[in-house]
Amino acid sequence: MPALGPDGPSVLPGGFGLYVHWPFCRSKCPYCDFNSHVREQVNHGRWRRALLAELAHFAARTKGRRLESIFFGGGTPSLMAPETVAALIEAAARHWSFAPDIEITLEANPTSAEAQRFAAFRSAGVNRLSLGVQSFEDAALRFLGRGHDAAEAEAAIALARRHFPRLSFDLIYARPGQSARAWGGELDRAIGLAADHLSLYQLTIEENTGFAGAVRRGDFTPLSEEPAAALFELTQERCAAAGLPAYEISNHAAPGAASRHNLVYWRYGDYVGIGPGAHGRLGIGGMDGGENRDGARIATRQTRKPEAWLERVETAGAGTEAEETLSGREQAEEALMMGLRLTEGVAQARLETLLRAPLDQLIQPQRLARLLAGGYLDRSETRLVATARGRAVLNTLLAELLA
Amino acid sequence: MTDLAHIRNFSIIAHIDHGKSTLADRLIELCGGLESREMHAQVLDSMDIERERGITIKAQTVRLSYQARNGESYILNLIDTPGHVDFAYEVNRSLAACEGSLLVVDASQGVEAQTLANCYQAIENSHEIVPVLNKVDLPAAEPERVKEQIEEVIGLDASDALMISAKTGQGVAEVLEALVHRLPAPKGDQAAPLKALLIDSWYDAYLGVVVLCRVVDGVLRRGMKIRMMAAKSSHLVERVGVFTPKGVQVEELGPGEIGFLTASIKQVADTSVGDTITDERRPAQAALAGFKPSIPVVFCGLFPVDAANFAELRESLAKLRLNDASFQFEPETSAALGFGFRCGFLGLLHLEIIQERLEREFNLDLITTAPSVIYRLHLTNASVLELHNPADMPDPGRIEQIEEPWIKATIMVPDEYLGAVLKLCEEKRGEQVDLTYAGNRAMVVYHLPLNEVVFDFYDRLKSISRGYASFDYQLAEYRISDLVKMTILVNSEPVDALAIVVHRARAEARGRQLCERLKALIPRQLFKIAIQAAIGGRVIARESLSALRKDVLAKCYGGDVTRKRKLLEKQKAGKKRMRQVGNVDIPQEAFLAALKIGDD
Repeated sequence: MPALGPDGPSVLPGGFGLYVHWPFCRSKCPYCDFNSHVREQVNHGRWRRALLAELAHFAARTKGRRLESIFFGGGTPSLMAPETVAALIEAAARHWSFAPDIEITLEANPTSAEAQRFAAFRSAGVNRLSLGVQSFEDAALRFLGRGHDAAEAEAAIALARRHFPRLSFDLIYARPGQSARAWGGELDRAIGLAADHLSLYQLTIEENTGFAGAVRRGDFTPLSEEPAAALFELTQERCAAAGLPAYEISNHAAPGAASRHNLVYWRYGDYVGIGPGAHGRLGIGGMDGGENRDGARIATRQTRKPEAWLERVETAGAGTEAEETLSGREQAEEALMMGLRLTEGVAQARLETLLRAPLDQLIQPQRLARLLAGGYLDRSETRLVATARGRAVLNTLLAELLA
Repeated sequence: MTDLAHIRNFSIIAHIDHGKSTLADRLIELCGGLESREMHAQVLDSMDIERERGITIKAQTVRLSYQARNGESYILNLIDTPGHVDFAYEVNRSLAACEGSLLVVDASQGVEAQTLANCYQAIENSHEIVPVLNKVDLPAAEPERVKEQIEEVIGLDASDALMISAKTGQGVAEVLEALVHRLPAPKGDQAAPLKALLIDSWYDAYLGVVVLCRVVDGVLRRGMKIRMMAAKSSHLVERVGVFTPKGVQVEELGPGEIGFLTASIKQVADTSVGDTITDERRPAQAALAGFKPSIPVVFCGLFPVDAANFAELRESLAKLRLNDASFQFEPETSAALGFGFRCGFLGLLHLEIIQERLEREFNLDLITTAPSVIYRLHLTNASVLELHNPADMPDPGRIEQIEEPWIKATIMVPDEYLGAVLKLCEEKRGEQVDLTYAGNRAMVVYHLPLNEVVFDFYDRLKSISRGYASFDYQLAEYRISDLVKMTILVNSEPVDALAIVVHRARAEARGRQLCERLKALIPRQLFKIAIQAAIGGRVIARESLSALRKDVLAKCYGGDVTRKRKLLEKQKAGKKRMRQVGNVDIPQEAFLAALKIGDD
């Protein structure tokens, strides 16, 4: 089998994964701008059939590929019927071949109700759980609009560790007024409870969320840049010291324990995205023997609104809202945007293959030289890497590189 | 043709918001100039900008047919006048075409500086002036006090001032009667050779150049060959007409009448305002007095945000100039801003209006540099250089001395704000000429350097007086002054577009403000940025902007790639709007900082 390492002789650079979006939540969290919706009733049978139909649609266009990961995201996929999860995994196994060590992740909320279904999800084939813990402080959980408390979260973590071979959980930090001392304490507690993976996100205020309105009304002020930067640095240091170094801007893992699914995104692999609002990237230069012999890559986007998606799948077989063929330059830009999030960076050869031109056609040499000299980028013979300092300002760094 | 005894030509003089346009609407309505379905507020302000800002920019004219109470019919020609100091010149030419004026004063606000200036112009034009107090229906109206003020400040008998409310229509009928009975009829000789005053001209997409004129002697007819006496050009008259306010064609215009003509004239620049129009075959002996041409006094650079729009900007400027010969433009190149134009305007409002019209009507994004005035540089080689652009300032070693324009400013202000206004004028290097009171309002006259006025004077005056001060000025003289060129450096690179000429005594404070403002306006970037102000090689102020520490998406997974790419496209577009100086991206707002600096 081809190596999965960044420079390995993989014939399918970046790998191949499947993303399944479950768009429903019990309630909408004020920080979340994901495609999530609250509905009183969900017809699970109908949704299962639709997801399976869309899966078949995309499988027909990516025949012969070997699947390295499946990720159930949302929304709240732990609200899915375990039978739906099982049916989708079984169908994926029929459509494609599975890598022997395939990673199958499901996102879950750590409420006691959902924890009761952990065993069923495990039986369905899920081998990695990603828990939305968000905080170990009850007051913070209330602020974040979460439906669980710290004790429930801890119990869910313990239960998940018994059921699943691999476990990760998420925390949200850099909350309004959060001190380095407070976050340090919470982070230590997280590290103590963690298995081999942690996702640590700084709170950002996204448009069209409850928090965006609250900030506009002056209900609270987001943490400003300087303290947020200090908390980010503290996080990097403390996790590294605990054996969970950052492998991506917000993700930390013990060696070998990185999320393989998310690496597909960051290494700019191929992925099928099904369910409302899911995105996909399909087809690399004739590899699939299918529709993309010229090396074009297709960006797919499914209809966002759940009911509209459902209707589209039922009438047309897929809920695709738009497909866009990406140019070589766009692909190289996306590969760079994603690759620089990783501590391993991005291979120059990969960028040049996508671009079908030397790197200086993507990045102005004098700009690159300036950013290297300024300590924002590192460059080995084969790879371009954003330093810790560079990753903290990646938006500006990318604009500087590509604009 | 109407006989002279049944014609009245008049203007309305008023301060902004004192109700001139509303009164004009009422007069048109009462005389049935428009069907009610055609009436909309401020009929005479045809440009969107005019309606939105509540100001009149171009002179407009309307001919009203009025059946007076004495049973006779009169033709009343209203020539609308701009109310703003920048357009004082246009006021003058409107006034020159009439025999009388209505002086409209808000019965609670009282006389303002521009009213005063315009009223003096009317007096100079030997106008009969009828005072009209508007908004007398409002609770805050103090007609008796305002009457007294008119008498004290302007020296006009206000005992039989008309009391009206243009909004409700109260008293408006009396205004029409007063026009007939209190204003003189025009004089003129129908049998004499044609002599008509060219009041204004503008470009119309369908008709070509439309010329507004007032016949003094003789008759103007369709099909006549006319001669412009100053421009020395001849044209065949295609159309003759009047505005009701709609354009209506007539056969001829006689003495005392005001109307328009078209004659296949291609551009406004071919017609010179104030010129005398006469009969080619039977020319008048002497031309009318005319007026002196308006000259730009304020200059700034206009650059397209996107360099690719340069040609479009040039075309748009040329189109605007078709209709407004009072502004000038010539190509300019800036190291920081690329290719653009150096433009000259009658004043700051004129500048703003042109800028706004370019952005609105022509959809252009512009960077405007700080306004400058014309400096007269006496060089060591005994030559004199007129400097329109601080960036073009020669080496100080070559300059013997510099002169700058001064203005005579009249400010009317309620006395509670007088102290602040005096302080502002002193700070702006002003010299007090006069200070008088009328009731609780003071009238202050100052000599001020124009470069201080174009800097931030209007904004400051407005804010320190809470909008109650009014201001008017005229150019007075050039004076020798200790002026220096101040350069702004970003990471040691001079930014040519931010160079300003400033009085030496004010340089340090101005430099410090400018550096602070730039620090606030330039977004933090990956590298530390030094911002300095310097005179020659000497740095007089400095600020530094620390490097950015955090700016990253916390979450970026499969679905976010597209979003992130779109964000990047936006950033790219945003970067296009910025200008690179050395390695620093400077947003266009920073280029306006030079203008906007103030204590408030």
